[in-house]
Amino acid sequence: MEDEEVIKKFLYLNRKAPYGSIYALESLEVVLIGAAFDQNVSLAFIDDGVYQLKKDQSTDGIGMKNFSSTYRALGDYDVNKIYVDKDSMDERGLTIDDLMNLTYEDEDDDYAEKPSISILTSEKISALMEEQDVILSF
Amino acid sequence: MLHTINKSPFQTNALESCLRFARSGHSVLLFEDGIYAALKNTRFESLVKSSLTDVKIYVLVADLEARGMRTDNIIDGIKTAEYGDFVDLVANNKSVQAWL
Repeated sequence: MEDEEVIKKFLYLNRKAPYGSIYALESLEVVLIGAAFDQNVSLAFIDDGVYQLKKDQSTDGIGMKNFSSTYRALGDYDVNKIYVDKDSMDERGLTIDDLMNLTYEDEDDDYAEKPSISILTSEKISALMEEQDVILSF
Repeated sequence: MLHTINKSPFQTNALESCLRFARSGHSVLLFEDGIYAALKNTRFESLVKSSLTDVKIYVLVADLEARGMRTDNIIDGIKTAEYGDFVDLVANNKSVQAWL
């Protein structure tokens, strides 16, 4: 059975801001569930999706669960390919310093801590989409 | 008259339509995903700034902080509002137009 294992490329495409709708939280839940299946997983954040990764989220005032810290756990589930669209960042006045510092430990490099987030041009994100077997949109 | 906007300006045209129809002296409250319109350095900053000469714009602080934003990062001239101020705005205006 093991040698018949098929590894597919999965891209989770996130386009919505957090809290205003349920999409961001649902996407994160599905990513974490999907991480159990040893597939090749990437996450892309474009349009308002980039707001999901904004640091310093504090939901005390709105009575909703602050799920932003869960993104930090993605590295432990071997989800470490996180791509952010530069154009979406630019039109929102955001830079990489505004985002959470998401990292993972590279087991092929003596468990060195490395950044999970890469800021890519739209061109690169397009190429990323094209090379996937499955794209899940949120 | 009070206008409320709860959608991101990048997601729908609610902000643009609201500001197109809002008349001098009206108030606009940005809440939920609408708060992104209150921030500096976005594509919508100049539109919001030019509207401030005619309308009063408020932003709900709890929704700002939930999304990792701070009051010192909002456009000059926009006022901050707590939930109690939201209630006062509704009570003190003759009508409320929600731009969903």
